[in-house]
Amino acid sequence: MSKVRVLVGTHKGGFVMTSDERRKDWKVEGPHFAGWDVYHMNGSPADPDRLYAAQSRGWFGQVMQRSDDGGKTWQPAGNDFKYEGDVSTHKWYDNTDHPYEFMRVWHLEPSLTDPDTVYAGVEDAALFKSTDGAKTWEELPGIRTQKSAPSWAPGAGGLCLHTIILDPADKDRIFTAISSAGAFRSDDAGKTWKPINKGLHSQYIPDPDAEVGHCVHHMAMHPSRPNVLFMQKHWDVMRSDDAGESWHEISGDLPSDFGFVIDVHSHDPDTIYVVPIKSDSDHFVPDGKLRVYRSTTGGNEWEALTKGLPQEDCYVNVLRDAMAVDSLESCGVYFGTSGGAVYVSADAGDSWNAIVTNLPQVLSVQVQTLE
Amino acid sequence: MIRVQLPANLRTLAGVGKEVQVQVEGAVSQRALLDALEAEYPMLRGTIRDQTTKRRRALLRFFACEEDLSDESPDAPLPEDVVTGREPYLIVGAIAGG
Repeated sequence: MSKVRVLVGTHKGGFVMTSDERRKDWKVEGPHFAGWDVYHMNGSPADPDRLYAAQSRGWFGQVMQRSDDGGKTWQPAGNDFKYEGDVSTHKWYDNTDHPYEFMRVWHLEPSLTDPDTVYAGVEDAALFKSTDGAKTWEELPGIRTQKSAPSWAPGAGGLCLHTIILDPADKDRIFTAISSAGAFRSDDAGKTWKPINKGLHSQYIPDPDAEVGHCVHHMAMHPSRPNVLFMQKHWDVMRSDDAGESWHEISGDLPSDFGFVIDVHSHDPDTIYVVPIKSDSDHFVPDGKLRVYRSTTGGNEWEALTKGLPQEDCYVNVLRDAMAVDSLESCGVYFGTSGGAVYVSADAGDSWNAIVTNLPQVLSVQVQTLE
Repeated sequence: MIRVQLPANLRTLAGVGKEVQVQVEGAVSQRALLDALEAEYPMLRGTIRDQTTKRRRALLRFFACEEDLSDESPDAPLPEDVVTGREPYLIVGAIAGG
């Protein structure tokens, strides 16, 4: 019987949750790394028992963890993240030049084929790679030294590289997104990068159609159709059909097109999920109702999914890395809230159940489908 | 042996109790002590001092013998009572009140 393992990073530790394919009864283990921010935990597609976790805390900085047994035990790994070469600058909040400083790891993306290879997206925005199971890290400096990089300025959440998507059809193609800078693509395994933001329109920046400076919150891709990307921007839900060369808006009839998460059904590449948030000033769901919105048409037409979700007095947020899908026959969809709940739908979003309701603020949700 | 007390989060990370004992070869300064501590417990690298600059992380402070040594030269000798193990060297996380 297949199983699922859900990896949940929270503001005060990490949790590992397992269930069988019915996804009704859950075993919850944790908190691992109690008291620390766990921005992300992720597992290797090539070896599902190989997990990586990024724990950090203002007092103590960044610690990396690795598990070789599916999260039962963890060992501290290498945490030396040094920018390559001369330290460049980006813009600070007052528009002065500010030297890049490593703050924390936001996202971990293991290689699709090698358990020892894993990418880390960090703040201040840069991409690191380990090929020895997270013992050592080397920067892929091409994105930080990309010609527009000195003009990037942090948003309220920091200048973070938060999304890494590896193209399953082209081992040299990588997509990334940086808060307040935009989306970028490499076609040579991370050596060089180009901004891919044509069609994004952000009325809150001096040039709303600028090549960079857009606040991309998250991106998603279906592995069977790697040229189609979906994006939740600060405002606007967007779609590209040409690997990011151009984008068009698919917000359609959403109640709000502000939000953080976006994900794609594991078997239907035109079915996508978002959680609309009222506004960038409120950062909670509209009308006190927690609603996932699903489009089965690749965007523009959306339906509210509410069965099993709180529909009154609910004022939570769902952060950018806090939604995931499993690949069981009936696609499971998972998300975690700022209120500490993690919800699962075993029927592609038609109905929802809470796995847990009182964790610390959920920062990330990842799921592994285990045979 | 020099006694070192760690903040709770770092005890958990290193898998140790409230106090560890560290052997330091040669002159005992804060730098030499922290080098020895990180050599014995490599998972602590970067959590007390910046990996590159070796400067104290801003929200940690160092105390011994009722003195705040945080801003002392890292190469200044530690008090004799710390060197002989009569007094512990304290690594303390800043406390947020409210």
